[in-house]
Amino acid sequence: MSLLVFPILIPLLAAVCAFFCGRRRLWQAYVSVGASVLQLGACGMLFSTVRQGGIQAEQMGGWPAPFGITLAADHLSAVMLVITAIIGLAANIYALADIDKRYQALGFHTLYQILIAAISGAFLTGDLFNLYVWFEVMLMASFGLLVMGGEPHQLDGGVKYVTLNLIATLMFITGLGLLYALTGTLNMAHLYVKVQAVDNPALMTTVAMLFIMAFGLKAGAFPLFFWLPASYHTPPPAIAAVFSGLLTKVGVYALIRAFTLIFIQDVAATHGLILIMACFTMVVGVLGAAVQNAFRRILAFHIISQVGYMILGLGLYTRLALAGAVFYLIHHIIVKANLFLISGLVSKIYGHDDLKHLGDLYQRSGLMAVLFIIPAFSLAGFPPLSGFWAKFVLIQASLEKGAYLPAALALVVGLLTVYSMTKIWIAVFWEPPPEVEKPTPPGKEVGIGLPLLVPVMILAAMTVVIGLGAQPLMEVALAAADELLAPQQYVQAVLVGEGS
Amino acid sequence: MESVLAILVGVMVAGSVYLILGRNLIRFIFGLVLASNAVNLLLFTGGRLTHSRPPLIAEGASTPVGPVANALPQALMLTAIVIGFALLVFIFVLFYRAYQEIGTVDTEFMRLAEPPDAVTPGPTCPIEPKEV
Repeated sequence: MSLLVFPILIPLLAAVCAFFCGRRRLWQAYVSVGASVLQLGACGMLFSTVRQGGIQAEQMGGWPAPFGITLAADHLSAVMLVITAIIGLAANIYALADIDKRYQALGFHTLYQILIAAISGAFLTGDLFNLYVWFEVMLMASFGLLVMGGEPHQLDGGVKYVTLNLIATLMFITGLGLLYALTGTLNMAHLYVKVQAVDNPALMTTVAMLFIMAFGLKAGAFPLFFWLPASYHTPPPAIAAVFSGLLTKVGVYALIRAFTLIFIQDVAATHGLILIMACFTMVVGVLGAAVQNAFRRILAFHIISQVGYMILGLGLYTRLALAGAVFYLIHHIIVKANLFLISGLVSKIYGHDDLKHLGDLYQRSGLMAVLFIIPAFSLAGFPPLSGFWAKFVLIQASLEKGAYLPAALALVVGLLTVYSMTKIWIAVFWEPPPEVEKPTPPGKEVGIGLPLLVPVMILAAMTVVIGLGAQPLMEVALAAADELLAPQQYVQAVLVGEGS
Repeated sequence: MESVLAILVGVMVAGSVYLILGRNLIRFIFGLVLASNAVNLLLFTGGRLTHSRPPLIAEGASTPVGPVANALPQALMLTAIVIGFALLVFIFVLFYRAYQEIGTVDTEFMRLAEPPDAVTPGPTCPIEPKEV
């Protein structure tokens, strides 16, 4: 069995074990955290294999490529897997203290591990229908996690999340059906070969639009993002962190994969549209955040604007731009998950996260202030943090391509991000809290234990390390971009002996 | 025959879009069922309506003799039906729970996760949440 199976197998087995632990909550937690550690190891090994040996592919069940299901890992997949495992572990440790007993008894760990398995599966699969199946598994697990508490506002957010995502799923499978009718295959590498022979550009563009709609909705791109701010602030912080860090990025990953491997006949139309969507997504997301007054709702809108940056890289479709998109993905996953975890800490201390009734945290905990300001300013793109390099590369790529308007928009949106982050900073850390509202009754000071602090610290440290030494990650991103722009390598790795 | 099925798919999608655009969540469910069936039919038609002989390979042989039906679209459909069924069950339970907690299935009044601004109040729910 090759290395490619483990990132899916480990969390799936852990989910089964956690399920059978039943009411023994401590065992569940051990199994779950242990699996996350193993997962990180497996993904790390896979990453180093890909780094040394190039694209890895494995045919499931021994069926040769276009017939069986293929698992394939190139640089993009491998680096996404590593980051998934890191966030998976961090949120899992955080969850030890954050997720209450009721959630654990309801099977939090089982659903959580299934979610991680599905995300890993989506990153690894080389088959379009298999991708659909992983999307469904991911949706199912996320539905469960989202509405687990059964609170009215969770159910309300859940209804919107579920309905819109199901519509995206239907569009995905419609596009799949049409693509199969056109080419007779669903293996992504085989599709690359086959679509070149399709003599029906109109229908190909239709299918491409269906895929943009389906993946764009999952990614939270304009104008398809309305499910995201309706639901992402409702679950507990540990769950929200995984959702905000990873789920929309699976949509971005699927967009990147489909629009560098399959739909590359009419780049002017498809990638032009993606570029326009990217600009609107950046601007609308950041403006939406500017009017919000709750910590986590601001963050939810910022996910949208950040997704805009990533698909901007795809829309430009040059080596530097794609590398920028990959770099941005990694930076964003770390930073955004971290911010959600921190918002959880703030809600733990104050009991809510409405900015109007927060304040004075700087005096109460200097450490919290430092931990917040690192990811917040990284999100806004301050040097020397990771966000600066991510934005720098993307803006440089747009200028090289002559796309001056997107470059200008990216800069302005960065500035508006600073506005939102300063708003949170002033309201949460500087302002004296409103007199009438006693934040917490005396004597009931909520302690912030190590399981809550350690993941936040590690993720903040990663932001700083990536910022100070961006070169190694940038090399990985450039290698990923090279592979994406030369799909022949991917095709050869998957269709061994087929030729391209 | 393909064109008849294609038109049927079109009619079903049109009907489902009409239902999904309604404010009532029950209508949405029916629209979703209709749409997922339409998509299944599309998958089936996309595989072309071919010969009716099952693609069975005789013992010892490695290929079937003569023209046979294409089994792949049927496998895809079957997967989609199973997944669709599971999602449908989930969505029914979710909507029922939401109805219990919020007291309405009209999306216009489901504003708990995104409360309308205090300055410009949105529409208020005419029905009080049901005691559970």
